[in-house]
Amino acid sequence: MKEEEIRQLVCQLLKQVAPDSEPEKLAEDDIIRDVLGIDSFDALQFLMALDERTGVDIPEEDYGKISTLAKVVEYVGRKIIRFPEDHHPCRF
Amino acid sequence: MIEFRMPSLGADMEDGTLVEWLVKPGAAVKRGDIIAQVDTQKGLIDIEIFEEGVVKELLVGEGEKVPVGKTLAVLDSTEHRVGIKASPLAKRMAAEKDIDLALVTGTGEGGAITKEDVEKAAAAVISAKIEKTAQVDEKKEATELLETSSARHNIRQAIASAMSKSNREIPHYYLETKIDLTRSLAWLTETNRERTVKNRLLPVVLLIRAVALALKKVPELNAWYENGLVKKEEINIGFVVSLRGGGVMIPAIRDAGGKSLDELMTALNDMIPRARAMKLRSSELVNTTITITSLGEGQVELVYGVIYPPQVALVGFGAILEQPWAENGMLNVRKTVSVTLAADHRATDGMTGSRFLTELNSLLQTPGSL
Repeated sequence: MKEEEIRQLVCQLLKQVAPDSEPEKLAEDDIIRDVLGIDSFDALQFLMALDERTGVDIPEEDYGKISTLAKVVEYVGRKIIRFPEDHHPCRF
Repeated sequence: MIEFRMPSLGADMEDGTLVEWLVKPGAAVKRGDIIAQVDTQKGLIDIEIFEEGVVKELLVGEGEKVPVGKTLAVLDSTEHRVGIKASPLAKRMAAEKDIDLALVTGTGEGGAITKEDVEKAAAAVISAKIEKTAQVDEKKEATELLETSSARHNIRQAIASAMSKSNREIPHYYLETKIDLTRSLAWLTETNRERTVKNRLLPVVLLIRAVALALKKVPELNAWYENGLVKKEEINIGFVVSLRGGGVMIPAIRDAGGKSLDELMTALNDMIPRARAMKLRSSELVNTTITITSLGEGQVELVYGVIYPPQVALVGFGAILEQPWAENGMLNVRKTVSVTLAADHRATDGMTGSRFLTELNSLLQTPGSL
């Protein structure tokens, strides 16, 4: 799975847990939770969806390693084992 | 005969608009069935029934706005249904296809219902469902945009009316304490390490569980005030869910006292997204016996809550923060949470509140027993 595809998937899943937010406007180094106003409950929903789609189950001790878009894309790219079947790219 | 009335979904609710009936006269209903949708200030709510019987007559039309307590429908208790003549095969098929035999016209000997009659009824039900779905989809698209903005306005009004009533009528007293969460959070980290992301627990679940257990020791706070203190058997914890565009919804975790940590987490996973989408059930908005508000993230340390009448207490958790902590003559840095209790002074006194917070603290020091 290419970096760009992971970015689009992350963006799509963030939109799913926080429908009113605009993940497509995230800058690479923005702290996702702060910028989108995501709480711990939303964050967990996002991680569950990410696991479902990519097979990457991120342990709690690694939560600090996925705080920005750049970091989460890099992390998932390294660990990915499954290619999601259908993802709809976000509009940039 | 049973009268099914417009339920009160909170102290602030005066009326509701019956949007749609999900049953027809003749339909058999049982406890927990959703029989209507009612538009309230808290959004579109699925109304459940708590009796068993057969719908005899619908007294209120779709689109009608009626006050709380008005009879919406009349039901016959289930006993009236004996005497339906049907072949054993027809009965079995009806059960499998969820067809109510009371609605089927029998064409067999002496008006008995046959296998063919049930098949015909099943086909009619399916085509009616398809037609209805198509209609609903069209209607939904057209009104969805409009609904969101008016729902926001209604929620604001509901909060305004309940909170004004609270501040007008309830003499609040407040207690607060700081709780060391080191042990609870260490236990949680250990537990979550063994779990996949789907089964992981959030710290707030420990807090909810501890509140439920503390209430068992101090039942005076699990109560309503109605011309005096009325203690409630079941612990139904209202959990404040903030909506992104402003406003809150407070769905209740039913029987929180009887739920394990995992069951509480499952309840939150189910309820929070529905609360944010304003799609709650009537049973989640009635009989709430206490409310919890948790700030969760951020740097805000304390929240002083306003009690939701007729409840008599509200427990507020601030953000979990690192703080200097003195214990046994040593100074240390610990993860702590500040807890406040807002309670109704007509119903209880500071001593009761103090016992509750002490119990809560002690439970959170032994997370293994939660």
